[in-house]
Amino acid sequence: MSKPILLAVEPGSSKVNKTGSWRTMVPIFKHETCTDCRICVVVCPDACVFGQDNKYYADLDFCKGCGICAYECPVDDIDMVLEVK
Amino acid sequence: MKEVRLHGRGGQGVVTAAELIAQAAFADGKYALAFPSFGSERMGAPVTSFVKLSDKPIRARNQIYEPDYLIVQDATLIGSVDVTAGLKPNGLMIIDTEKKAGDLKLATKARVFTIPATKIALEIIGRPIQNTTLLGYFAAITGLISFEGVKKAIEHRFPAAIAQRNIAAVDKAFSLAREVAHV
Amino acid sequence: MRKLIEGSMAVAESIRLCRPHVVAAYPITPQTHIVENLSQMVADGDLKAEFINVESEFGAASVVLGACAVGARAYSTTTAQGLLLMAEVLYNLAGMRLPVVITCANRAVSAPINIWNDHSDAMVIRDSGMIMLFAEDSQELMDIHPQAYKIGENPEIMLPVMVNMDGFILTHAFESVELLDQKAVDDFLPPYNPEIKLDPAKPITMGTLAEPRWYMETRYKIAETLDDAIPAIKKTAEEFKAKFGRWYGDLIDTYRLDDAKYAFVAMGSLIGTLKDVVDDLRAKGEKVGILKIRSFRPFPYAMIRDVCRDVKQLIVFDKSYSYGWGSILQNELRNCFYGQKHTPLISGFVVGLGGRDIPPKSLISAYNMTKDKEMLNEFVDINHELVGGRR
Repeated sequence: MSKPILLAVEPGSSKVNKTGSWRTMVPIFKHETCTDCRICVVVCPDACVFGQDNKYYADLDFCKGCGICAYECPVDDIDMVLEVK
Repeated sequence: MKEVRLHGRGGQGVVTAAELIAQAAFADGKYALAFPSFGSERMGAPVTSFVKLSDKPIRARNQIYEPDYLIVQDATLIGSVDVTAGLKPNGLMIIDTEKKAGDLKLATKARVFTIPATKIALEIIGRPIQNTTLLGYFAAITGLISFEGVKKAIEHRFPAAIAQRNIAAVDKAFSLAREVAHV
Repeated sequence: MRKLIEGSMAVAESIRLCRPHVVAAYPITPQTHIVENLSQMVADGDLKAEFINVESEFGAASVVLGACAVGARAYSTTTAQGLLLMAEVLYNLAGMRLPVVITCANRAVSAPINIWNDHSDAMVIRDSGMIMLFAEDSQELMDIHPQAYKIGENPEIMLPVMVNMDGFILTHAFESVELLDQKAVDDFLPPYNPEIKLDPAKPITMGTLAEPRWYMETRYKIAETLDDAIPAIKKTAEEFKAKFGRWYGDLIDTYRLDDAKYAFVAMGSLIGTLKDVVDDLRAKGEKVGILKIRSFRPFPYAMIRDVCRDVKQLIVFDKSYSYGWGSILQNELRNCFYGQKHTPLISGFVVGLGGRDIPPKSLISAYNMTKDKEMLNEFVDINHELVGGRR
């Protein structure tokens, strides 16, 4: 007899799978008009916007460039630009 | 039979590109079989698609292991996906990039053609959807499908306004191809 | 008219031409394009049918059962987990003798979760009394659905029919298809006109309880009907050929089998790849041919024995397995020849589970391994390191 394949894997695969490589567009946080509303943090579907004190940024290891942060920013402080790879 | 393998990411129209090649070949009076190989269906995941072209009906359903032609829609795949696996040494590869072929560090003896397809698509179509541009280049370089065939395929697949812009990108790709050494 | 279309579109077009009254289907990869295409056709007015959105496959099957019971021609389509979810209703369809047609885009049954092709889902309902047909390519998918309705709705058959197509391999493949003409299909497939149906003007009860003193005869009749389905399927295929000029087999089909000593046996899209393999091997002088199983239920024992009377060895390529019993198609073939005067050698290879690709060289390698030597339940292209070595 030999051991069955028990069909379980190590947790945390989403940390290892760096989805940043999927991007075409990248968010540029201008830090000009930011009001610390943190809407960008809340709406990011990948939970990869971080920061404080009017200075926010996307974790580029995971940011897929969906543009929701830029779209939702009430003071237009985020631009989406074509990323040069 | 000629075999074409396409590599890209979900959302870049890799599967549509294969479909368009098949439609163009069909319009040209050839037999064609196009099909995808998905990872799980999501934007950004690596996607491979296949097209087989022949003057006789195509019956084999297996994936393509030794392509005659390779189209790579996303240069960032190089390194994480073995895009050139099995590419015939006398084969040909087309890749969307602004870099030069020599700078890409590709493990293949086949001819490599580069074209800044995303840049052209953004200029002419207004969106970074580069598949039709690559298709135009592929058609012009290989002669496997005709410009007329590609035009018909695009008109068949897309609404008029979008089709027009894509055909313009194909046209640009054809003129760029003329500047490059032909097969 | 010939067009290059996706396999799913060939199915949707074929169903549209069959003029169903009711379509109810729940989307599941890789069948989603069939459902999307049909709903688009209804929305555009190209298909005059009730498209009923349902909350699950159980709902979808229940809706088509009810629709068929009132005399409507009904259609659904599903896959793997969806098939399992509606399995109870499929048994009800067969038991109640309701001729719904359901397309199954064959996909592996979980676990592990796998959305790619094999025949494990179809095998779940092989004992249900449903007629089960397997299509080889998109053209056959176009041709087979009118035949499926014609067979099922035959007043002496009255059974649901499952048309099987390989998920992704056929659903998502673009190839050229000759579309059928509506008038010709109307000619070939008359409207559904059942002897009994639910009607407020003439109330009846359908699908009742059957106590031990009544139940067994209803099942005996289904067994009989599956036997009668053999000539019915044959006749329908012949009528289709007479009208449309194309032949994909009746319950079986053969390719270069006449003078073959070795017969490859398979179902579905693998037949296409095997045709290339046979041509390659024949060019090298090997006496090989193909036995295509088109009807899995009823299983065509007599026809198989007839075409294999001079065959030395059957080499079965199976995309399914019954754990604790063996390769299903292999064992069907062994059963076929048990106790017969002529019993060819039979080998069985399990291939392509969970969508593992089957390149021609794997099939040729299997042939070379097994030629004139019996090999049973042999899994092909397995990484033996991962499973703890060969037994």
